[in-house]
Amino acid sequence: MKSAGILAGVVAFFLAFAMIFTAGWDAPPVEATQTGYRGSGMAQIERASVIDYLREVNENVPEAPYPYEEDTEGPTAGEVYENVQVLANVPASEFNRMMLAITEWVVPEDVRNDPEMAGGCNYCHNPTNLASDELYTKVVARRMIQMTQHINANWSDHVAETGVTCYTCHRGNAVPANVSFAGLGESTYSNGGGRPYQNTPTASNAYTSLPTDPFGPYLQANASNIRLQNMDGWAAEPANFEATEATYALMMHISDALGVNCTFCHNTRAFSPWEQSTAARTTAWHGIQMAGGLNDEYLYPLESLWPENRLGPDGQAPGLSCATCHNGLNRPLNGAAMSADWPYLRPASYSDFTTTAQVPATEEAASEPESGATDAESDAESDADADDAAGEDEE
Amino acid sequence: MALLSFERKYRVRGGTLIGGDLFDFWVGPFFVGFFGVTTIFFAALGTALIVYGAAIGGTWNLWQISIAPPDLSYGLAFAPLREGGLWQIITICAVGAFVSWALREVEICRKLGMGYHVPFAFGVAIFAYVSLVVIRPLLMGAWGHGFPYGIISHLDWVSNTGYQYLHFHYNPAHMLAVSFFFTTCFALALHGSLVLSAVNPGRGGVVKTPEHEDTFFRDVLGYSIGTLGIHRLGLFLALSAGFWSAVCIIISGPFWTRGWPEWWNWWLDLPIWS
Repeated sequence: MKSAGILAGVVAFFLAFAMIFTAGWDAPPVEATQTGYRGSGMAQIERASVIDYLREVNENVPEAPYPYEEDTEGPTAGEVYENVQVLANVPASEFNRMMLAITEWVVPEDVRNDPEMAGGCNYCHNPTNLASDELYTKVVARRMIQMTQHINANWSDHVAETGVTCYTCHRGNAVPANVSFAGLGESTYSNGGGRPYQNTPTASNAYTSLPTDPFGPYLQANASNIRLQNMDGWAAEPANFEATEATYALMMHISDALGVNCTFCHNTRAFSPWEQSTAARTTAWHGIQMAGGLNDEYLYPLESLWPENRLGPDGQAPGLSCATCHNGLNRPLNGAAMSADWPYLRPASYSDFTTTAQVPATEEAASEPESGATDAESDAESDADADDAAGEDEE
Repeated sequence: MALLSFERKYRVRGGTLIGGDLFDFWVGPFFVGFFGVTTIFFAALGTALIVYGAAIGGTWNLWQISIAPPDLSYGLAFAPLREGGLWQIITICAVGAFVSWALREVEICRKLGMGYHVPFAFGVAIFAYVSLVVIRPLLMGAWGHGFPYGIISHLDWVSNTGYQYLHFHYNPAHMLAVSFFFTTCFALALHGSLVLSAVNPGRGGVVKTPEHEDTFFRDVLGYSIGTLGIHRLGLFLALSAGFWSAVCIIISGPFWTRGWPEWWNWWLDLPIWS
């Protein structure tokens, strides 16, 4: 009896030790940013480590190999090189500048330093025939350049004029640090114990017992609308426990991915009304639509190209989520204007130079994405969806 | 003066902390004392300012009247009256009134030669309030982190402040506080019902003694904490509830800025299986 008591005391001591000295504690001062009316409790509380990280990533954004110079005289990449499918109309000098940058953005450092790999070019190219598509990395890279152009051209509702480049996600890694795999775990939903589809704390659900896969349900085209309340009476809409938990899992993912709390977008007295929410919620809404569209149009179709080690545990193609670009910050890379140096990754304003058919987006779309004027001017398809869903939510 | 014939003999001079004999008198049933005067002063001024704040606040709807703290941008400075300054003065009045009341209780304890259990217990409640509107705002560097004085608005603050940490129910100190609140209710219900059952034996029965009460719980649980012990336990439970409430909000922000669910990674990270 006595030794059992001592044992229990020792166990309790070590558990208390683990609780009190667990990682993540901070000391004042903290940085707080108010996101709502005074006294409403709407504020972002940031830790010193985040502020340090903000500073660090800002300093680490790589500069272009050499500055952009407009070149209308020289030959285009399509005239100089073979098999240039996307950037054929880009001046060859700019094309080469971009190849150098992509190498730095995407090819791992040890590959670039390997003498066999020609400074990293051979990561995608066959050195004896640069035009060849035999390496899957080159085919994927081509599609990713198209995706980057698509984001900058058509999703200014989300990326504004900041835009994205390969570096926004890749940051020197062949595979971005935060890719996601949809449909992890058993898909059978369970209220009980066990771990089917939930009860596994991970970054994707901010370490809760919520579903571990918010990506499958929401971050693909034709995804479910985000619903957790029946607005038209009992069981009038398909909102249930499963939809509610999956919604909260997505919200947890967004919080974790952006390093923000719920009050960044919501006044939590009432989550759903747009008129009580912050402007950031509109940007986030467009982001959710964007992530879904990109996964469906650009990432999931690459499944057959990937070698096995790039696929998910159940053979899924990697997809993107909020965390892929944001990496813990509400403005990726703290808002460094990524596409300014790379006009050919922004076909919105340089549509002559891309061979893909793109609908130009408006310049001011990002600041007032919900206003009628920009709805009329920007990408018709995405905004038509936006209006529909916003209308439903406001009912 | 005294309401009861035997009351007067407890009304003795002395025992005051401040003011000597100056305020050492009773008004009707109430002892005044220096701190009775300061209580009246702070309470009256604070209430008047709340009414003033309501008058300039745009609504007389009791649910919606709200006196909000300043914007975070004011930091720990004074704000203009209409932009949070009222909240700051009302907070000073509230703390002044609560502390005065506790010290008046101390003076009465001294007159009666009693322990200070009652003012100490009230002090824990004051500590919980001061944690919310003084200690935590000081630690976080802005009065704007305090809660607004309004029926609905303070609930909105509770909601949003909880969601600042994604899911406040994962806050371990909040868990302790909630458990102590429930346990306080549980213990009080057991104690109250036991006493009432002993003194209400039914028509014609004889009122029972603490021996019966102890025997009841010995038969049920094998143990009775006893007549004095239950009050010690009750005070411990109630003060623990208030104490851990204060702790749970003081650590949220100043010492923990992430989601509270993430704190539980200490369990996942135990060296046994990680």
